Amino acid sequence: MMRLPPFQYLAPVSVADAVKLMADHGPEAMLVAGGTDLYPNMKRRQFEPTVLVGLRGVRDLAGVRRPGAGAVAIGAGTTLTAVARHPEVRARYAALATAAGAVSTPQLRNMGTLGGNVCVDTRCNYYNQSYQWRKAVNFCMKKDGEICLVAPGSPRCWAVSSSDTAPALWSLGASVRLAGPAGERTIPLSALYQDDGIQYLTKQPGDIVTEIVLPPSDGARSTYLKLRRRGSFDFPVLGVAATLHMDGPTVRQARIVLGAVASLPRESVEAGRLLVGERLTPEVIDRAADAAYRPAKPLDNTDLTHPYRKRMVRVYVARALRRLAGLPDEAEA
Amino acid sequence: MNKDRFSIIGQPLPKIDAWAKVVGETKFADDLVMSRMAHGKLLRSPHAHALIKRIDTTRARALPGVYAVITGHDLPRVKFGILPVSQDEEALCVEKVRMVGDAVAAVAAVDEETAERATELIEVEYEPLRSLMSIEDSLAHPEVRIHEYGDRPNVHKAVSLQFGDVEAAFAAADLVREDVFYFEGNTHLPMEQHSALAQWGADGKLTLWSSTQTPHYVHRLLSRILDVPPAHIRVVAAPVGGGFGGKLDPFAHEIAACRLSQLTGRPVKFTLTREEVFYVHRGRHPVLMWIKTGFKNDGAITGMHFRSWLDGGAYGSYGVASTFYTGALQTVTYKIPVYKFEGARVFTNKPPCGPKRGHGTPQPRFAMECQIDKAAEQLGLDPADMRRRNLAEPFVKTANHLTVTTIGLGECIDRVVEASGWREKRGHLPPGKGIGIACSSYLTGAGTAIYWNDMPHSGVVVRADRSGLVAVLCGATDIGQGSDSILAYLVAEVLGIEPKDIRVHPADTDLTPVDLGSYSSRVTLMAGNAAIQAAERLREKIFAAVAQKLEAQADQLAVGERRVFVRDDPERGVSFPEAVVLAESMWGVLAFPGSYAPPRRAGKYKGGGVGPSPCYSYSACVVEVDVDRQTGLVTATEVWIAHDVGRALNPLLVEGQVEGSIYMGLGEALMEEQVFRKGVHKIPSLLEYKSPTTLETPEIHTILVESDDPEGPFGAKEAGQGPLLPVIPAVANAVYDAVGVRIDETPITPEKVTKAMDSKRQGKPARVGPERLPVFRFPEARVVESAFGHPAEDIAVRPFASAPHPLPRGERVRGGGAS
Repeated sequence: MMRLPPFQYLAPVSVADAVKLMADHGPEAMLVAGGTDLYPNMKRRQFEPTVLVGLRGVRDLAGVRRPGAGAVAIGAGTTLTAVARHPEVRARYAALATAAGAVSTPQLRNMGTLGGNVCVDTRCNYYNQSYQWRKAVNFCMKKDGEICLVAPGSPRCWAVSSSDTAPALWSLGASVRLAGPAGERTIPLSALYQDDGIQYLTKQPGDIVTEIVLPPSDGARSTYLKLRRRGSFDFPVLGVAATLHMDGPTVRQARIVLGAVASLPRESVEAGRLLVGERLTPEVIDRAADAAYRPAKPLDNTDLTHPYRKRMVRVYVARALRRLAGLPDEAEA
Repeated sequence: MNKDRFSIIGQPLPKIDAWAKVVGETKFADDLVMSRMAHGKLLRSPHAHALIKRIDTTRARALPGVYAVITGHDLPRVKFGILPVSQDEEALCVEKVRMVGDAVAAVAAVDEETAERATELIEVEYEPLRSLMSIEDSLAHPEVRIHEYGDRPNVHKAVSLQFGDVEAAFAAADLVREDVFYFEGNTHLPMEQHSALAQWGADGKLTLWSSTQTPHYVHRLLSRILDVPPAHIRVVAAPVGGGFGGKLDPFAHEIAACRLSQLTGRPVKFTLTREEVFYVHRGRHPVLMWIKTGFKNDGAITGMHFRSWLDGGAYGSYGVASTFYTGALQTVTYKIPVYKFEGARVFTNKPPCGPKRGHGTPQPRFAMECQIDKAAEQLGLDPADMRRRNLAEPFVKTANHLTVTTIGLGECIDRVVEASGWREKRGHLPPGKGIGIACSSYLTGAGTAIYWNDMPHSGVVVRADRSGLVAVLCGATDIGQGSDSILAYLVAEVLGIEPKDIRVHPADTDLTPVDLGSYSSRVTLMAGNAAIQAAERLREKIFAAVAQKLEAQADQLAVGERRVFVRDDPERGVSFPEAVVLAESMWGVLAFPGSYAPPRRAGKYKGGGVGPSPCYSYSACVVEVDVDRQTGLVTATEVWIAHDVGRALNPLLVEGQVEGSIYMGLGEALMEEQVFRKGVHKIPSLLEYKSPTTLETPEIHTILVESDDPEGPFGAKEAGQGPLLPVIPAVANAVYDAVGVRIDETPITPEKVTKAMDSKRQGKPARVGPERLPVFRFPEARVVESAFGHPAEDIAVRPFASAPHPLPRGERVRGGGAS
């Protein structure tokens, strides 16, 4: 079987200790919570940290709290299973409950955490391979190599953001609390990401995501649709999260965020803008779906072909909005 | 069906190893641990095609914790292969690698981590050669030869067989269709990764425990490869965690384990990673097919001409047999009076293909059953009726000289048509929903061994002693299909005891009589018949001893409920253990052999050895699908399958085999692709190689049809492979019914469906499939007279058979089981 490389496991019991350990060990260290993404990646030598700072012993990181004014704060160490089942999350933030429940398999959702999924490594089928496999294709720039194998002329890495919960949280207007050597700060979740397959997070490696804060739901409707071949196990090859705030039958605010089409979750601002002030008619929905579809540029580095994935952006955005409007998935032919 | 004459047979009993497997007690090969055991690791080639210029193992050997490092120079320089005609493999390549994943060196070390680190310290200098990654590539570049042997450069095998005048048959047809299909390669995906543990003892004798389906063939080949007399080698097949044909060849890790154990004086264990299992492969061949068939207006077939091009990968493996199998079984389901077959297997720089569940026959079955669906539409016939009207006849020969016994296919079609509501549904389902049908047939054991010999294909020893114990010793390998359980049921039935009273000791070349292995759906029939023969011989001795004690005639005795008694006076009798004591007292040690070899029926032409079988199973399958017209995603929503199993020795096990076949068939139809990019397998992992989960497995309705075949043990035929075959074309036909597009290649992915629907909307042909065929001239056909409709030879004649059969076996009427 595939074996882990040797490493030292440190088990702090507080966030402060974890921050200190990360600072002490510098770039040799990585954080690990559920380990469902990190350990397999280590077996394939995508990461070779000599020190792991484990967050499972930090009890404060798990659980849901209500900081006031209708907001909900979810500890980064809360398991995906717990998030998906949480009654308040299900009732008020349906996109998040659905997305958390759509990650991988039940077993991995029992181990994997919300913070881990928000920070999950970008993926590429030239990269998520064993060391020996990557050696056979001369490695890529994300690990051990010089060029991007999916876009060889490109100066950057095109690995794909593959989080289910990130697009959902983005559409819901969530923010994240970070703890680092300089103290704590809260940033919009959308500011956590940047469009680079290697440096896909804006935070410093020693910063710990401690909490995800959801604003008051305010009666908003939200949903998340995931394209994948199987009903379980698979990472998204397209995710569509949509959150709508309504004034009666009219859209007051709309946020549509795509997952797995770039190295970060990508908000389709234009699609959202086209919905504001409109009723959710099939025509309006089609216009918004078209606006979301045009700029999407998936590359050939996941399951299913990229022209197909692009084509599905329109279908899935339309479906997400139709579901929120109470319309059937497909117009009668 | 006369079921009440049986007590064990026909009962839905749990497998005898069910409890051990459920609680984790079963010891698979990787669970075996020995003191002082070393862990092995192979270094594999990162090049698809390259010359090896230099290998330096110095740094690896110097690593602390490394016991030994070997290359091909440390093994006898002998090439091997499972088939005598394709001796083209080396455990560790010496001069050349032919695929990414070819092994070049092996390490034994204190633990797996150290062994792996050591492989990284081995320096190999390669000179890359042009890699040939497709049939077209390999045919276009005869100057780049993957092997020096073969019928032509890069052509492993090209065959051509003709049975009667097909051109005349086409001239006499009302409709002649030519269609082209492609079946994508896919792999077995057993849950258990291959594992082997070797111990070269201080006595100079070798023992290998391995997850193999064929301990006997491994035994023979190890002797040749290691240059050790077979009498000094013992091969034990550990319980196998899924085979499906992927554990039928001798493998590099087995050979390296043996040699490393010899060098280190330690037991050495190798367990492959999942990625390595994808490289070891031997799975479904990608096959390009052209099929031309003549039909009469009533749907009758006048003749068929079939061509196949197989992408064989880097080595021969079972490929010659696979090639013949793509042409062998077309004739067994429907009346095809004349038939021509041309096939070619081409080498490419990819993991070698070989036998996977249905070996070489799912691909042509897909082509043929889709073509029949198209023809039915053109002729204005219902596809189920058209098939039903043209069924092959029982107890006659086919055009290509195969002897068919019972055929339960008519009943299979009737039952699935009725159960599925075919007549109400077809053409009447809402948009996006559709229903399709297909049929198939499969061998119940290959009629010939892979090496020529006159010995039994299967042997069983049944032993009993004064403890009342009955032990069944047989070389067959339980790969999860339940062969150990079947042996226990059969012996229990003959002796009137319970399966729990029996211990089955399988697959140990020191202790068990030879069985050729778990392949070609042969074990239930062959080992089963041998077990019945052995048990009957034991029972005969028991009857003689009990008759003396009871002062009765032996032929008046019967068995049942753990007793031996007078049939007409059941109170007069003894318990089974007492009966064994009486017999052991009279006869001495009680150990009786049973032997089985299939009837000799191979057609008298070259290639006639592939296709014959004692009898054939039949299946009919209806699949209902839901096609998302926007995404093209196809969901199989319900499956009905009727399978002619001859007799269900244990209906629970048969249903398990059928359901597993459906699940595997749906994966092949809709998802699975063994595909390559930059010379390497694109997705060698359980995550990215898409195979269905339980969530994708629809409701399955299994209907068992019993035709009571005279060749089978208590009438049984196979169940493990045949039911996979009709699923794939039934899905394709259902997709057509749902959205009116033909996807003439597997897998039927959402991209292909949306592409075909686009074409349809644009008024172009509503089809996705291969557009062209290779430029290839097949050899001149060997023309043999069609044997279509000739009567079968006497079915009772086979080597080692006991005659006459002492157990009352019910009325056997020729034509029985045909409907």
